[in-house]
Amino acid sequence: MALIETHKLSKTYDVGDEGVHALEDVSVKIEKGEFVAIMGPSGSGKSTFMNIIGCLDQPTAGEYLLDDRKIGGLSRDELAVIRNQKIGFVFQGFNLLSRTSALENVELPLLYNHVPTSERKKKALDALKMLGLEGREHHHSNQLSGGQQQRVAIARALVNEAPILMADEPTGNLDTKTSIEIMDLLVQLNRNSGTTIILVTHEADIAAFSKRIIRFVDGQVIGDEEVNPVRRTSPF
Amino acid sequence: MISILSTLRIALRALWVNKMRSALTMLGIIIGVSAVIIMLAVGTGLSKKISESISSIGSNLLMVFPGSSTQGGVRIGGGSQSTLTKDDADAIEKECSAVSAVAPEYHGGAQIIYGNQNWATNIQGTTPSILEVKDCGLTAGRNMTDQDVRNANKVCLLGKTVVDNLFGSIDPIGQIIRIKKIPFKVIGVLESKGQSPGGQDQDDTILIPLTTAQKKIFGTTIPGMVRMIMVKARNADDIAVAERQVTDLLRQRHRIGPNKEDDFTVMNLTQILKMAEQTTNYLTLLLGAIASVSLLVGGIGIMNIMLVSVTERTREIGIRMAVGAKTWDIRIQFIIEALTLSMMGGIMGIIIGSGGSVILSTIFEYPSVVSPLSVFLAFSFSGVVGIFFGFYPAYKASLLNPIDALRFE
Repeated sequence: MALIETHKLSKTYDVGDEGVHALEDVSVKIEKGEFVAIMGPSGSGKSTFMNIIGCLDQPTAGEYLLDDRKIGGLSRDELAVIRNQKIGFVFQGFNLLSRTSALENVELPLLYNHVPTSERKKKALDALKMLGLEGREHHHSNQLSGGQQQRVAIARALVNEAPILMADEPTGNLDTKTSIEIMDLLVQLNRNSGTTIILVTHEADIAAFSKRIIRFVDGQVIGDEEVNPVRRTSPF
Repeated sequence: MISILSTLRIALRALWVNKMRSALTMLGIIIGVSAVIIMLAVGTGLSKKISESISSIGSNLLMVFPGSSTQGGVRIGGGSQSTLTKDDADAIEKECSAVSAVAPEYHGGAQIIYGNQNWATNIQGTTPSILEVKDCGLTAGRNMTDQDVRNANKVCLLGKTVVDNLFGSIDPIGQIIRIKKIPFKVIGVLESKGQSPGGQDQDDTILIPLTTAQKKIFGTTIPGMVRMIMVKARNADDIAVAERQVTDLLRQRHRIGPNKEDDFTVMNLTQILKMAEQTTNYLTLLLGAIASVSLLVGGIGIMNIMLVSVTERTREIGIRMAVGAKTWDIRIQFIIEALTLSMMGGIMGIIIGSGGSVILSTIFEYPSVVSPLSVFLAFSFSGVVGIFFGFYPAYKASLLNPIDALRFE
């Protein structure tokens, strides 16, 4: 049973008279516990693909099964529940709430999952601690460095114990050293907690941390291969 | 849906971030609510003042004046003819079943003197029943008696203004004052009645027996003539009956043929004032309605700001949706935000409005009436405004596509 399974997934944008095909007949299977990198140049459809399997966007054609459940035809609120409980997102631009403390940012998924206040706080603090952000709980996101912000975002993605973590260019705004730290974190997560990680990137050395690379060009899958992830010693 | 308390916290923070903007938006509601409260308070204050006037002239009161007269083809205005006499008054009291008390009156102005003080005032010659007719009591002394009237005794009852001006702190009872140089003994002091509906000081008066006024002070062209007869109906329902009975009786007594005009006028003052009161009530409604328009404008201000806020915070909405916020989570967040703005504005409006109406009523001297109803009305109206004008922006926010919202710059 694949965790994520797509059949001939297509996405067409209407621009002017003719449609632009962002995705064309993409059929992919991702198993539980995998660490997949989706690679491709910009405009190749890799982000569109991640948004669709992340239930943030809908395909124009094709079928998508998450945990054997058909996603097409679900209501907005049903999709919201799936995003809340199954998927954690990490974005290039961090997408933290500004003027809001790290703690409250991490509490957000728990808030929408109706976790009681005290438990919410405890879980969020644990997640922040796990990512080495002790003492930064009450800093506002704009008072944190890029690496710290991305770690807050990862804490937020993990706090609800979602089985899948989707990262769209998570290191795009970070320097090399911080990028490696963040990637090491994801590798550890995948190895230690079995979290399925889907990573979208256009950088080969970032993709090299993964165990499998799916290559996109012009909205189509042109390659899908298992790789040996680079091993680095974690700084933590 | 997430708990209201958490949502309220989110809303308060969002409003706190844009302090200036929130305050200005609230100002619209503050002005609206306080305007509604002040307008309603002014309106109810005025109509309360009118009803106080009504009760001050005495309840269920009819006034009968001598009518206009025609002398050699020249018509002379109402009251010019001396057609009413004390006998008419006695007849009304005796024969009209709907009437409980009658007081004829013969009045004029005169200078009065006490010691080295003097004062020009209105002298009313009347009968003891005047107090009953006008629902007036005494603060000191006694009323005049029928005996006083029969004997044309030189006794008088003083209004409060007269007492204040002539006696100061001296007890007036038993003192002698001079009206047109004739000495009168003060036997009583009238209860204060304040201003009449026409704005006259009803306490600036002296009551003396009718006969004394007719014979000793002013003199009459026709023996027993009076300038007015005040008639008190048994109760409010009997006013119309009493009016008809009095009219019929006087026409009969004055021998007026079926097609001739009355030579007297019956005025139903209570009715006139009731109408004035009703008019004021309409005026109150109108003032309230006009003030509500400003509340409406305040509401549109809230909607405007909420729409701006939704656009500004599109990415925030996207983030919330990405981590699992449902349609109603987003809607409630923005509705609560709008509601917080309008309710806080409403509360401040109530405080300012109530304070304002108290100040206004002190300046313009009418009873201050901030009714709980108007406060409740203004408050709930501001709440409704918040929900109503907050809903569209909230609805708009909740329908955003998560990925479009996230990518919004």
